[in-house]
Amino acid sequence: MPTLTETQPATVTLNNDEILRYSRHLIMPEVGMEGQLKLKAAKVLCIGAGGLGSPLALYLGAAGIGTLGIVDFDVVDYTNLQRQIIHTTADVGRPKLDSAADKLKAMNPFLNIRTFNTRLSSDNALDLFKEFDIIADGTDNFPTRYLVNDACVLTRKPNVYGSIFRFEGQASVFATEAGPCYRCLYPEPPPPGLVPSCAEGGVLGILPGLVGIIQATEAIKLILGSGDPLIGRLLLVDALAMKFRELKLRKNPDCPACGKNPTITKLIDYQEFCGIRGEEVEAEVTTSEMQVEELKQRLDRGEDLFVLDVREPHEYQICNLGGHLIPLGDLPNRVSELDTSKEIVAHCRSGVRSAKAVNFLRQAGFKKVHNLAGGILAWADRVDPTMPKY
Amino acid sequence: MPKVHIPTPLRQYAGKQPAIEVQGSTVGEALSGLVSQHPDLRRHLYTEQGKLRAFVNIYLNDEDVRYLQKEATAVADGDNISIVPSIAGGAALSC
Repeated sequence: MPTLTETQPATVTLNNDEILRYSRHLIMPEVGMEGQLKLKAAKVLCIGAGGLGSPLALYLGAAGIGTLGIVDFDVVDYTNLQRQIIHTTADVGRPKLDSAADKLKAMNPFLNIRTFNTRLSSDNALDLFKEFDIIADGTDNFPTRYLVNDACVLTRKPNVYGSIFRFEGQASVFATEAGPCYRCLYPEPPPPGLVPSCAEGGVLGILPGLVGIIQATEAIKLILGSGDPLIGRLLLVDALAMKFRELKLRKNPDCPACGKNPTITKLIDYQEFCGIRGEEVEAEVTTSEMQVEELKQRLDRGEDLFVLDVREPHEYQICNLGGHLIPLGDLPNRVSELDTSKEIVAHCRSGVRSAKAVNFLRQAGFKKVHNLAGGILAWADRVDPTMPKY
Repeated sequence: MPKVHIPTPLRQYAGKQPAIEVQGSTVGEALSGLVSQHPDLRRHLYTEQGKLRAFVNIYLNDEDVRYLQKEATAVADGDNISIVPSIAGGAALSC
Protein backbone atom coordinates (compact mmCIF):
# COMPACT_ATOMS: atom_id res chain seq x y z
CA MET A 1 0.00 0.00 0.00
CA PRO A 2 1.38 3.44 -0.85
CA THR A 3 2.18 5.81 1.95
CA LEU A 4 -0.87 7.82 2.88
CA THR A 5 0.80 10.67 4.59
CA GLU A 6 1.60 13.93 2.84
CA THR A 7 4.56 14.65 5.07
CA GLN A 8 7.33 12.25 4.11
CA PRO A 9 8.27 10.04 7.08
CA ALA A 10 11.93 10.53 6.08
CA THR A 11 11.71 14.17 7.11
CA VAL A 12 10.68 13.47 10.72
CA THR A 13 12.83 12.08 13.52
CA LEU A 14 12.32 10.80 17.05
CA ASN A 15 14.28 12.17 19.99
CA ASN A 16 15.46 9.89 22.81
CA ASP A 17 12.39 10.55 24.95
CA GLU A 18 10.14 9.61 22.07
CA ILE A 19 12.18 6.49 21.38
CA LEU A 20 11.71 5.40 24.98
CA ARG A 21 8.00 6.31 24.96
CA TYR A 22 7.29 4.32 21.81
CA SER A 23 9.69 1.45 22.60
CA ARG A 24 6.93 -1.20 22.64
CA HIS A 25 6.10 -0.18 19.09
CA LEU A 26 9.73 0.07 18.03
CA ILE A 27 10.63 -3.44 19.15
CA MET A 28 7.90 -5.06 17.09
CA PRO A 29 8.70 -5.49 13.41
CA GLU A 30 5.12 -4.62 12.32
CA VAL A 31 5.74 -1.04 13.46
CA GLY A 32 9.45 -0.53 14.09
CA MET A 33 11.23 2.77 13.55
CA GLU A 34 9.88 3.01 10.02
CA GLY A 35 6.27 2.65 11.19
CA GLN A 36 6.69 4.98 14.13
CA LEU A 37 8.02 7.68 11.82
CA LYS A 38 4.99 7.15 9.58
CA LEU A 39 2.75 7.63 12.60
CA LYS A 40 4.59 10.80 13.54
CA ALA A 41 4.32 12.16 10.00
CA ALA A 42 0.59 11.39 9.89
CA LYS A 43 -2.22 13.89 10.35
CA VAL A 44 -5.56 12.50 11.53
CA LEU A 45 -8.70 14.59 11.93
CA CYS A 46 -11.27 13.40 14.48
CA ILE A 47 -14.78 14.70 13.83
CA GLY A 48 -16.22 15.07 17.32
CA ALA A 49 -14.74 14.74 20.79
CA GLY A 50 -17.60 12.72 22.20
CA GLY A 51 -18.23 9.03 22.72
CA LEU A 52 -16.33 7.75 19.69
CA GLY A 53 -13.89 10.67 19.61
CA SER A 54 -12.71 10.10 23.19
CA PRO A 55 -11.09 6.69 22.76
CA LEU A 56 -10.09 7.56 19.20
CA ALA A 57 -8.14 10.65 20.20
CA LEU A 58 -6.68 9.09 23.33
CA TYR A 59 -5.32 6.00 21.56
CA LEU A 60 -4.16 7.85 18.46
CA GLY A 61 -2.39 10.35 20.71
CA ALA A 62 -0.80 7.65 22.83
CA ALA A 63 0.33 5.81 19.71
CA GLY A 64 2.23 8.88 18.53
CA ILE A 65 0.15 10.23 15.65
CA GLY A 66 2.10 13.38 14.94
CA THR A 67 -0.75 15.76 14.18
CA LEU A 68 -4.13 15.19 15.74
CA GLY A 69 -6.95 17.50 14.69
CA ILE A 70 -10.28 17.64 16.51
CA VAL A 71 -13.44 19.41 15.35
CA ASP A 72 -16.13 20.04 17.94
CA PHE A 73 -18.32 22.94 19.07
CA ASP A 74 -20.01 21.38 22.08
CA VAL A 75 -19.44 21.77 25.81
CA VAL A 76 -19.03 18.90 28.26
CA ASP A 77 -22.35 17.89 29.79
CA TYR A 78 -22.78 15.86 32.97
CA THR A 79 -24.58 13.14 30.98
CA ASN A 80 -21.54 12.76 28.68
CA LEU A 81 -19.31 11.37 31.42
CA GLN A 82 -20.87 7.89 31.33
CA ARG A 83 -18.98 7.21 28.08
CA GLN A 84 -16.89 10.20 26.92
CA ILE A 85 -13.81 9.19 28.86
CA ILE A 86 -11.54 12.01 27.70
CA HIS A 87 -13.61 14.40 29.87
CA THR A 88 -13.83 14.50 33.67
CA THR A 89 -16.34 15.79 36.20
CA ALA A 90 -14.32 18.99 36.57
CA ASP A 91 -14.68 19.62 32.82
CA VAL A 92 -18.48 19.89 32.89
CA GLY A 93 -19.38 23.18 31.21
CA ARG A 94 -16.03 23.56 29.45
CA PRO A 95 -15.67 23.32 25.68
CA LYS A 96 -14.98 19.69 24.76
CA LEU A 97 -12.07 20.85 22.64
CA ASP A 98 -10.27 22.48 25.57
CA SER A 99 -10.95 19.51 27.81
CA ALA A 100 -9.73 17.02 25.19
CA ALA A 101 -6.65 19.06 24.28
CA ASP A 102 -5.61 19.27 27.96
CA LYS A 103 -5.79 15.50 28.40
CA LEU A 104 -3.94 14.79 25.17
CA LYS A 105 -1.16 17.28 25.96
CA ALA A 106 -0.78 15.84 29.46
CA MET A 107 -0.62 12.33 28.04
CA ASN A 108 1.78 13.03 25.19
CA PRO A 109 3.61 16.36 24.97
CA PHE A 110 5.05 15.40 21.58
CA LEU A 111 1.70 15.69 19.84
CA ASN A 112 0.78 18.56 17.59
CA ILE A 113 -2.86 19.08 18.57
CA ARG A 114 -4.99 21.23 16.29
CA THR A 115 -8.43 22.17 17.54
CA PHE A 116 -11.23 23.56 15.41
CA ASN A 117 -14.01 25.09 17.48
CA THR A 118 -16.68 24.98 14.83
CA ARG A 119 -19.57 22.94 13.53
CA LEU A 120 -18.38 20.98 10.51
CA SER A 121 -20.29 22.37 7.52
CA SER A 122 -20.38 22.40 3.76
CA ASP A 123 -18.52 25.72 3.91
CA ASN A 124 -15.51 24.54 5.90
CA ALA A 125 -15.21 20.76 5.41
CA LEU A 126 -13.17 20.66 2.19
CA ASP A 127 -10.54 23.15 3.33
CA LEU A 128 -10.26 21.41 6.67
CA PHE A 129 -9.97 17.89 5.25
CA LYS A 130 -7.26 18.95 2.79
CA GLU A 131 -4.92 19.57 5.71
CA PHE A 132 -5.17 15.97 6.98
CA ASP A 133 -4.38 12.46 5.74
CA ILE A 134 -7.23 10.52 7.34
CA ILE A 135 -10.66 11.56 8.63
CA ALA A 136 -12.14 9.65 11.58
CA ASP A 137 -15.91 10.11 11.72
CA GLY A 138 -17.19 10.13 15.28
CA THR A 139 -20.34 12.16 14.67
CA ASP A 140 -23.82 11.37 15.89
CA ASN A 141 -26.21 12.46 13.15
CA PHE A 142 -27.09 11.68 9.55
CA PRO A 143 -26.44 15.11 7.97
CA THR A 144 -22.84 15.13 9.25
CA ARG A 145 -22.34 11.49 8.21
CA TYR A 146 -23.18 12.35 4.60
CA LEU A 147 -21.17 15.57 4.76
CA VAL A 148 -18.08 13.73 6.04
CA ASN A 149 -18.47 11.04 3.40
CA ASP A 150 -18.88 13.40 0.47
CA ALA A 151 -16.05 15.66 1.63
CA CYS A 152 -13.80 12.58 2.00
CA VAL A 153 -14.66 11.43 -1.53
CA LEU A 154 -14.08 14.92 -2.97
CA THR A 155 -10.75 15.39 -1.17
CA ARG A 156 -9.72 11.73 -1.59
CA LYS A 157 -9.23 11.15 2.12
CA PRO A 158 -10.10 7.81 3.72
CA ASN A 159 -13.10 7.96 6.06
CA VAL A 160 -12.60 5.76 9.12
CA TYR A 161 -16.21 5.21 10.06
CA GLY A 162 -17.85 4.16 13.31
CA SER A 163 -21.46 4.37 14.39
CA ILE A 164 -23.38 3.21 17.42
CA PHE A 165 -26.92 2.58 18.58
CA ARG A 166 -27.68 1.37 22.10
CA PHE A 167 -25.51 -1.74 22.24
CA GLU A 168 -24.87 -2.26 18.54
CA GLY A 169 -22.14 -0.69 16.44
CA GLN A 170 -20.83 -0.54 12.88
CA ALA A 171 -17.33 0.16 11.64
CA SER A 172 -15.71 0.36 8.22
CA VAL A 173 -13.22 2.27 6.14
CA PHE A 174 -14.88 4.26 3.36
CA ALA A 175 -13.79 6.44 0.48
CA THR A 176 -10.43 4.87 -0.26
CA GLU A 177 -9.49 4.83 -3.91
CA ALA A 178 -10.48 1.22 -4.53
CA GLY A 179 -13.17 0.79 -1.92
CA PRO A 180 -16.80 1.80 -1.47
CA CYS A 181 -18.03 4.93 0.26
CA TYR A 182 -20.84 5.40 2.78
CA ARG A 183 -23.25 6.24 -0.04
CA CYS A 184 -22.47 2.96 -1.81
CA LEU A 185 -23.95 1.31 1.26
CA TYR A 186 -26.65 3.87 2.08
CA PRO A 187 -27.48 6.05 -0.96
CA GLU A 188 -30.16 7.88 1.04
CA PRO A 189 -30.77 8.65 4.70
CA PRO A 190 -33.90 7.33 6.37
CA PRO A 191 -36.74 9.87 6.46
CA PRO A 192 -36.85 11.61 9.85
CA GLY A 193 -40.08 9.86 10.81
CA LEU A 194 -38.34 6.48 10.63
CA VAL A 195 -35.19 7.49 12.50
CA PRO A 196 -35.25 5.94 15.97
CA SER A 197 -36.94 8.46 18.23
CA CYS A 198 -36.06 9.65 21.68
CA ALA A 199 -38.07 6.80 23.20
CA GLU A 200 -35.32 4.59 21.82
CA GLY A 201 -32.30 6.65 22.82
CA GLY A 202 -29.46 5.71 25.07
CA VAL A 203 -26.22 3.87 24.55
CA LEU A 204 -24.27 1.36 26.56
CA GLY A 205 -21.31 3.38 27.82
CA ILE A 206 -18.66 0.88 26.74
CA LEU A 207 -19.94 0.68 23.16
CA PRO A 208 -18.37 3.89 21.81
CA GLY A 209 -15.19 2.70 23.51
CA LEU A 210 -15.29 -0.57 21.64
CA VAL A 211 -16.14 1.00 18.28
CA GLY A 212 -13.86 4.05 18.70
CA ILE A 213 -10.91 1.77 19.36
CA ILE A 214 -11.74 -0.19 16.20
CA GLN A 215 -11.63 3.14 14.33
CA ALA A 216 -8.28 4.03 15.94
CA THR A 217 -6.95 0.60 14.96
CA GLU A 218 -8.00 1.09 11.35
CA ALA A 219 -6.47 4.59 11.19
CA ILE A 220 -3.16 3.25 12.48
CA LYS A 221 -3.21 0.33 10.03
CA LEU A 222 -3.88 2.68 7.12
CA ILE A 223 -0.92 4.82 8.15
CA LEU A 224 1.39 1.85 8.63
CA GLY A 225 0.14 0.28 5.41
CA SER A 226 -0.07 -3.09 7.10
CA GLY A 227 -2.70 -5.68 7.88
CA ASP A 228 -6.15 -6.04 6.36
CA PRO A 229 -8.04 -2.78 6.62
CA LEU A 230 -11.87 -2.76 6.87
CA ILE A 231 -12.08 -1.53 3.27
CA GLY A 232 -15.05 -3.19 1.56
CA ARG A 233 -16.15 -4.77 4.81
CA LEU A 234 -18.75 -3.64 7.33
CA LEU A 235 -18.07 -4.88 10.84
CA LEU A 236 -21.18 -5.26 12.99
CA VAL A 237 -20.63 -5.33 16.73
CA ASP A 238 -23.31 -6.57 19.11
CA ALA A 239 -22.04 -5.92 22.62
CA LEU A 240 -24.87 -7.76 24.37
CA ALA A 241 -24.46 -10.95 22.37
CA MET A 242 -20.72 -10.17 22.12
CA LYS A 243 -20.82 -11.16 18.47
CA PHE A 244 -18.81 -9.58 15.69
CA ARG A 245 -20.20 -10.16 12.22
CA GLU A 246 -18.77 -9.03 8.93
CA LEU A 247 -20.60 -8.11 5.73
CA LYS A 248 -19.16 -7.52 2.27
CA LEU A 249 -19.41 -4.02 0.89
CA ARG A 250 -19.05 -3.34 -2.79
CA LYS A 251 -18.24 -0.17 -4.60
CA ASN A 252 -21.46 0.81 -6.38
CA PRO A 253 -20.65 1.82 -9.97
CA ASP A 254 -23.77 4.03 -9.90
CA CYS A 255 -22.88 5.66 -6.59
CA PRO A 256 -23.74 9.39 -6.74
CA ALA A 257 -20.57 10.26 -4.83
CA CYS A 258 -17.85 7.82 -5.91
CA GLY A 259 -19.38 6.02 -8.91
CA LYS A 260 -18.36 6.24 -12.55
CA ASN A 261 -20.53 9.30 -13.24
CA PRO A 262 -20.81 11.07 -9.91
CA THR A 263 -23.59 13.63 -9.51
CA ILE A 264 -22.20 15.00 -6.26
CA THR A 265 -19.37 17.21 -7.41
CA LYS A 266 -19.59 19.70 -4.56
CA LEU A 267 -20.96 19.71 -1.04
CA ILE A 268 -24.71 20.21 -0.66
CA ASP A 269 -27.19 21.27 2.05
CA TYR A 270 -27.12 18.15 4.23
CA GLN A 271 -29.86 19.26 6.63
CA GLU A 272 -32.20 19.52 3.70
CA PHE A 273 -30.91 16.27 2.19
CA CYS A 274 -31.78 14.48 5.43
CA GLY A 275 -35.17 16.20 5.66
CA ILE A 276 -34.37 17.62 9.07
CA ARG A 277 -36.00 21.00 8.57
CA GLY A 278 -39.39 19.57 7.67
CA GLU A 279 -39.36 17.49 10.84
CA GLU A 280 -38.70 20.50 13.07
CA VAL A 281 -41.64 22.35 11.59
CA GLU A 282 -43.86 19.32 12.08
CA ALA A 283 -42.85 19.01 15.73
CA GLU A 284 -43.82 22.62 16.34
CA VAL A 285 -47.40 22.10 15.25
CA THR A 286 -48.85 21.46 18.66
CA THR A 287 -52.03 22.73 20.11
CA SER A 288 -53.02 23.65 23.61
CA GLU A 289 -49.98 23.65 25.79
CA MET A 290 -50.16 23.75 29.55
CA GLN A 291 -47.34 25.18 31.66
CA VAL A 292 -46.00 23.16 34.58
CA GLU A 293 -47.02 25.87 37.10
CA GLU A 294 -50.63 25.66 35.96
CA LEU A 295 -50.64 21.87 36.23
CA LYS A 296 -49.21 22.08 39.74
CA GLN A 297 -51.81 24.65 40.88
CA ARG A 298 -54.72 22.76 39.42
CA LEU A 299 -53.57 19.43 40.86
CA ASP A 300 -53.11 21.12 44.25
CA ARG A 301 -56.66 22.43 44.02
CA GLY A 302 -57.79 18.85 43.55
CA GLU A 303 -59.13 19.38 40.04
CA ASP A 304 -60.04 16.27 38.10
CA LEU A 305 -57.16 16.20 35.61
CA PHE A 306 -55.96 12.97 34.03
CA VAL A 307 -52.15 13.01 33.80
CA LEU A 308 -50.98 10.81 30.93
CA ASP A 309 -47.30 9.84 30.84
CA VAL A 310 -46.27 8.72 27.33
CA ARG A 311 -42.68 7.77 28.14
CA GLU A 312 -41.29 4.24 28.39
CA PRO A 313 -41.64 2.10 31.56
CA HIS A 314 -37.90 2.30 32.30
CA GLU A 315 -38.12 6.09 32.19
CA TYR A 316 -41.09 6.03 34.57
CA GLN A 317 -38.85 4.21 37.06
CA ILE A 318 -36.35 7.10 37.02
CA CYS A 319 -38.94 9.68 38.02
CA ASN A 320 -42.63 10.36 37.44
CA LEU A 321 -45.54 12.65 38.21
CA GLY A 322 -47.75 9.72 39.22
CA GLY A 323 -49.45 9.81 35.82
CA HIS A 324 -51.06 6.94 33.95
CA LEU A 325 -48.33 5.34 31.82
CA ILE A 326 -49.00 4.52 28.18
CA PRO A 327 -45.85 4.70 26.02
CA LEU A 328 -46.40 6.74 22.85
CA GLY A 329 -45.92 3.67 20.66
CA ASP A 330 -48.66 1.76 22.52
CA LEU A 331 -51.16 4.63 22.50
CA PRO A 332 -53.07 3.55 19.36
CA ASN A 333 -53.71 0.10 20.87
CA ARG A 334 -54.51 1.32 24.36
CA VAL A 335 -56.55 4.42 23.63
CA SER A 336 -59.60 2.69 25.15
CA GLU A 337 -58.00 3.16 28.59
CA LEU A 338 -58.69 6.88 28.25
CA ASP A 339 -61.96 8.69 28.92
CA THR A 340 -62.89 11.26 26.27
CA SER A 341 -64.98 13.23 28.76
CA LYS A 342 -61.99 13.92 31.03
CA GLU A 343 -59.45 16.69 30.70
CA ILE A 344 -56.12 15.05 29.85
CA VAL A 345 -52.61 16.46 30.32
CA ALA A 346 -50.03 14.45 28.39
CA HIS A 347 -46.37 14.69 29.27
CA CYS A 348 -43.04 13.07 28.45
CA ARG A 349 -39.46 14.05 29.25
CA SER A 350 -39.22 17.29 27.29
CA GLY A 351 -42.56 17.66 25.51
CA VAL A 352 -41.86 16.30 22.03
CA ARG A 353 -43.36 12.84 22.35
CA SER A 354 -46.34 14.16 24.30
CA ALA A 355 -47.00 16.70 21.52
CA LYS A 356 -47.30 13.75 19.14
CA ALA A 357 -49.59 12.02 21.63
CA VAL A 358 -51.80 15.12 21.86
CA ASN A 359 -52.03 15.36 18.07
CA PHE A 360 -52.92 11.67 17.87
CA LEU A 361 -55.58 11.95 20.59
CA ARG A 362 -57.17 15.00 18.98
CA GLN A 363 -57.46 13.11 15.72
CA ALA A 364 -58.98 10.24 17.68
CA GLY A 365 -61.73 12.57 18.91
CA PHE A 366 -60.40 13.73 22.28
CA LYS A 367 -61.29 17.40 22.74
CA LYS A 368 -59.78 18.31 26.11
CA VAL A 369 -56.12 17.31 25.78
CA HIS A 370 -53.13 19.47 26.60
CA ASN A 371 -49.42 19.02 26.16
CA LEU A 372 -47.32 19.73 29.23
CA ALA A 373 -44.79 22.22 27.85
CA GLY A 374 -41.20 21.22 28.61
CA GLY A 375 -42.30 17.94 30.17
CA ILE A 376 -40.79 16.48 33.29
CA LEU A 377 -37.61 18.54 32.75
CA ALA A 378 -39.59 21.77 33.13
CA TRP A 379 -41.35 20.28 36.19
CA ALA A 380 -37.95 19.58 37.77
CA ASP A 381 -36.70 23.08 36.92
CA ARG A 382 -39.72 25.11 37.96
CA VAL A 383 -41.93 23.09 40.29
CA ASP A 384 -40.03 20.39 42.12
CA PRO A 385 -36.23 20.81 42.28
CA THR A 386 -35.92 17.43 44.04
CA MET A 387 -37.11 15.69 40.86
CA PRO A 388 -34.14 14.03 39.11
CA LYS A 389 -33.39 15.03 35.52
CA TYR A 390 -32.04 12.63 32.93
CA MET B 1 -35.80 -22.41 7.93
CA PRO B 2 -33.82 -19.27 7.17
CA LYS B 3 -33.27 -16.89 10.04
CA VAL B 4 -33.74 -13.13 9.81
CA HIS B 5 -31.52 -11.04 12.08
CA ILE B 6 -33.33 -7.97 13.38
CA PRO B 7 -31.16 -4.93 14.16
CA THR B 8 -31.61 -3.14 17.49
CA PRO B 9 -33.60 -0.16 16.17
CA LEU B 10 -36.24 -2.46 14.66
CA ARG B 11 -36.55 -5.00 17.47
CA GLN B 12 -39.33 -3.03 19.13
CA TYR B 13 -41.48 -3.77 16.07
CA ALA B 14 -40.58 -7.47 16.12
CA GLY B 15 -41.56 -8.56 19.59
CA LYS B 16 -38.13 -7.47 20.87
CA GLN B 17 -36.54 -10.54 19.29
CA PRO B 18 -32.97 -10.40 17.89
CA ALA B 19 -33.61 -13.09 15.28
CA ILE B 20 -36.71 -14.75 13.85
CA GLU B 21 -37.05 -17.94 11.84
CA VAL B 22 -39.29 -17.58 8.83
CA GLN B 23 -40.66 -19.65 5.94
CA GLY B 24 -39.72 -18.86 2.39
CA SER B 25 -37.56 -20.00 -0.49
CA THR B 26 -36.45 -16.53 -1.57
CA VAL B 27 -35.32 -13.44 0.30
CA GLY B 28 -38.55 -11.68 -0.74
CA GLU B 29 -40.74 -14.51 0.58
CA ALA B 30 -38.81 -14.67 3.82
CA LEU B 31 -39.23 -10.93 4.37
CA SER B 32 -42.94 -10.96 3.56
CA GLY B 33 -43.29 -13.85 5.99
CA LEU B 34 -41.53 -11.70 8.55
CA VAL B 35 -43.78 -8.66 8.08
CA SER B 36 -46.92 -10.79 8.17
CA GLN B 37 -45.78 -12.14 11.56
CA HIS B 38 -44.88 -8.60 12.67
CA PRO B 39 -47.01 -6.07 10.74
CA ASP B 40 -45.47 -3.07 12.55
CA LEU B 41 -42.21 -3.80 10.73
CA ARG B 42 -43.74 -3.29 7.32
CA ARG B 43 -43.47 0.49 7.06
CA HIS B 44 -39.86 0.34 8.20
CA LEU B 45 -38.87 -2.10 5.46
CA TYR B 46 -41.20 -1.29 2.57
CA THR B 47 -42.45 1.87 0.87
CA GLU B 48 -46.19 2.38 0.43
CA GLN B 49 -45.72 1.03 -3.08
CA GLY B 50 -44.41 -2.21 -1.58
CA LYS B 51 -40.78 -1.71 -2.56
CA LEU B 52 -37.89 -2.29 -0.17
CA ARG B 53 -36.75 1.05 1.19
CA ALA B 54 -33.51 2.47 -0.18
CA PHE B 55 -31.91 2.94 3.23
CA VAL B 56 -32.54 -0.64 4.33
CA ASN B 57 -29.89 -3.06 3.24
CA ILE B 58 -30.65 -6.74 3.11
CA TYR B 59 -27.85 -9.24 3.32
CA LEU B 60 -27.94 -12.96 2.66
CA ASN B 61 -25.17 -14.32 4.86
CA ASP B 62 -22.34 -11.83 4.17
CA GLU B 63 -23.49 -10.68 0.71
CA ASP B 64 -25.67 -7.69 -0.19
CA VAL B 65 -28.72 -9.03 -2.08
CA ARG B 66 -28.50 -6.05 -4.45
CA TYR B 67 -25.48 -7.83 -5.91
CA LEU B 68 -27.25 -11.22 -5.99
CA GLN B 69 -30.75 -11.60 -7.41
CA LYS B 70 -32.24 -9.00 -5.04
CA GLU B 71 -35.52 -10.21 -3.52
CA ALA B 72 -35.58 -13.19 -5.87
CA THR B 73 -32.36 -14.54 -4.33
CA ALA B 74 -32.91 -18.13 -3.23
CA VAL B 75 -32.53 -18.95 0.43
CA ALA B 76 -31.98 -22.33 2.05
CA ASP B 77 -32.34 -23.78 5.52
CA GLY B 78 -29.81 -22.32 7.88
CA ASP B 79 -29.18 -19.20 5.80
CA ASN B 80 -28.88 -15.93 7.66
CA ILE B 81 -30.73 -12.90 6.34
CA SER B 82 -29.67 -9.62 7.94
CA ILE B 83 -31.46 -6.30 7.90
CA VAL B 84 -28.78 -3.62 8.12
CA PRO B 85 -30.28 -0.16 8.63
CA SER B 86 -28.23 2.99 8.77
CA ILE B 87 -27.53 4.17 12.28
CA ALA B 88 -26.18 7.62 12.92
CA GLY B 89 -24.71 6.93 16.30
CA GLY B 90 -24.72 9.16 19.27
CA ALA B 91 -26.66 8.96 22.44
CA ALA B 92 -28.15 12.40 22.48
CA LEU B 93 -31.61 12.71 23.96
CA SER B 94 -32.73 15.68 21.97
CA CYS B 95 -36.33 15.36 22.96
